[in-house]
Amino acid sequence: MIVLALFIEFVVLSFVAFGGATALLPEMHRVVVLEHGWLDDTTFTHLYAIAQAAPGPNVLVVTLIGWKVAGLAGALATTLAMCLPMSVLIYLLIDRWESFAGHRWQQAISIGVAPLAVGLIFSGATLIAQAAQFGWRAWLLLALVAVASLRSSRHPLWYIGLGALAGGLGWL
Amino acid sequence: MPSQPNSGWPTDFHHTLRLTVDHSQKNERPDLRALFFAFSSVGLSGFGGVLPFARRMLVEQRHWLSAEEFNAQLGLCQFLPGPNVVNLAVVVGKRQAGLAGAIVAPLGLLAGPLVVVLLLALLYDRYGELPLAQSMLRGVAAAGAGLLFAMAWRMGAALRDKALFLPFTLLVVIGIAGLRWPMLWIMLGGLVLSGGLAWWRLGRQR
Repeated sequence: MIVLALFIEFVVLSFVAFGGATALLPEMHRVVVLEHGWLDDTTFTHLYAIAQAAPGPNVLVVTLIGWKVAGLAGALATTLAMCLPMSVLIYLLIDRWESFAGHRWQQAISIGVAPLAVGLIFSGATLIAQAAQFGWRAWLLLALVAVASLRSSRHPLWYIGLGALAGGLGWL
Repeated sequence: MPSQPNSGWPTDFHHTLRLTVDHSQKNERPDLRALFFAFSSVGLSGFGGVLPFARRMLVEQRHWLSAEEFNAQLGLCQFLPGPNVVNLAVVVGKRQAGLAGAIVAPLGLLAGPLVVVLLLALLYDRYGELPLAQSMLRGVAAAGAGLLFAMAWRMGAALRDKALFLPFTLLVVIGIAGLRWPMLWIMLGGLVLSGGLAWWRLGRQR
């Protein structure tokens, strides 16, 4: 039954996932940790960290959450729930896309949704920091990584490795 | 450029091809296996987002889409909610091989990374309690959150009319990170307000 509940929750989430799975982090945390208590704060941040360190589309954090809540069936349920509804919709809509691309309402939604997506991703970052209960040294690393990655185009894996190293050496 | 549902080729090129080498038309279309593995390589090569890799494979390496087609198709994928790259795989799969392609391409994209992630999940189940693993994950989470802040900053810097639209960003942060309201209502309300403002401004520009 928990698999079905997971599936339904994540289908609902997929309809508001403007900005992709990354923008969904705060809402996934709210549903999975606060509302249902399926995971605790620490596990949630760990799963986020694992997804960051793994190759593949960002959506796979959803797979990890499903796995931790309900095993393999849970992993498949959340992944499918996140991908399937919009895939079906886009399959049906793509041939007509060119006829409504550029319309005023289409432009208005594209422009209007952008600042909301920024807010969602910002919230996601804040929330990871809160849930992991970062001390000042972790916040310092976070700030350094943010500034460094804005100033150079180094591969993100480089920063992930740096984080793992700093953590592993017990600095955080 | 009008896109034919079952062909990756622009119409005129397709026509010429049929006139000259009609029998080779079948070979020019990627089969399902090629589609699967092309998207697998995309899925496995990216960390923290694979869209740039998808673009390189589709536009530069395989020439399944022209640069303009890529931007146009990506438009809908980013317009709709959901994982953009998965949406893009559905679109390209459908163009290349119809319904079967639309199923195979996203499967290829996700299968490899899914296996990797599940292996990592197994490791986490087994060793996640170790202090070393915990502190390493903590460091990765800190670095990852830093990357997220940078991403939000970059997206915010790219917004047009910041004075008008950044307040909506702030409202979302207060509602979601501060008050922990459900995202559905914030997004619906935000879209009505922010999209409404954009609609009104678009009208005034005409």
